[in-house]
Amino acid sequence: MIELHPSRRAWILVVLASFGLGLTAWAALTPIRLDSREKIFEIPKGTWARRMAGQPVEILPDHIRLTLGLRDVLVLENRDDVPQIFGPTLMMPGQSFRLPFAQASTYAFACTAHASGQMTILVEPFPATPWARLRWRVRELFEPKRS
Amino acid sequence: MEARRSKRFLVTLLPLLLLGSVAVATEDEALVAGVFSPPRAAPEFSLRGSDGKELNLGRFRGKVVILEFGFTSCPDVCPTTLVALAEAHKKLGPEADQLQVVYVTVDPERDDVARLREYLAAFDPTFVGGTGTAEELAAVRRSYGVAANKTTTGDGYTFAHSSYTCLIDRTGSLRALMPYGHSSDDYVHDVRILLKQ
Repeated sequence: MIELHPSRRAWILVVLASFGLGLTAWAALTPIRLDSREKIFEIPKGTWARRMAGQPVEILPDHIRLTLGLRDVLVLENRDDVPQIFGPTLMMPGQSFRLPFAQASTYAFACTAHASGQMTILVEPFPATPWARLRWRVRELFEPKRS
Repeated sequence: MEARRSKRFLVTLLPLLLLGSVAVATEDEALVAGVFSPPRAAPEFSLRGSDGKELNLGRFRGKVVILEFGFTSCPDVCPTTLVALAEAHKKLGPEADQLQVVYVTVDPERDDVARLREYLAAFDPTFVGGTGTAEELAAVRRSYGVAANKTTTGDGYTFAHSSYTCLIDRTGSLRALMPYGHSSDDYVHDVRILLKQ
């Protein structure tokens, strides 16, 4: 085990703390910019066949979180060969559905893709304050990536 | 020489400006509602209309149709949407006769032709309702991906049903779905865009 001189250890702590503070300040103060405002979910080809074969197929999460002004357009794409009830609507093969949201609220849609029969879309307000930006960035970091 | 050069410059510039303005106009004219790409033909149906005639979409070809599914005993979603649609219909002014609101019941037990007529007249006398047998109505809902689940309450029953409306253009294509809660202005905005196409 390497023994560090106390003053060197203190320096390392100061550097790490400064880095952490700097990162937090950046996450809180820097405006958020994204290439696209779309959150895309796709039914891949062969989904129906897999479902018919008894395989569990989970495409859409029960809850979808969107943020006004940043990621506020839900895009559903049916790449399968058969029509699918996907989120709020029936979609033909090759069809996509693009739904923009303009109001922060909770939207419940009937959805046969879920055991509960319902899909909830939570549209949150634009993160305008440093604290809201920090929360948004942290959540984006840990949210599982789909699509 | 100078005049010819500026003329050539204008000839080159004008089409570019025109193309640019078309691109901007197209971008500005995005629907508020959720849009299908590519759109498909709105599924046709044949029901009993509250106006005493057969209710089908073919009757309204050439108009923009807003199709809503609900039931006259609905306590919140249906009246809220129908109020917004009635307001939108008024706000359209001279274009109002190019919009047809169609309200298809999910509750054939209680919503007969007379009840639908009386209910819709309270919002706007031009709105047309449709009813049929439980099987006919279920088939229409299936074709649009609309859900309606009957649940019993203390003194009867109610329905949990899809709350969005379907926007069908003049040619009979199902173009978009408007989620519940949008204002009459949003409906006017989208109907005007569909009327221009």
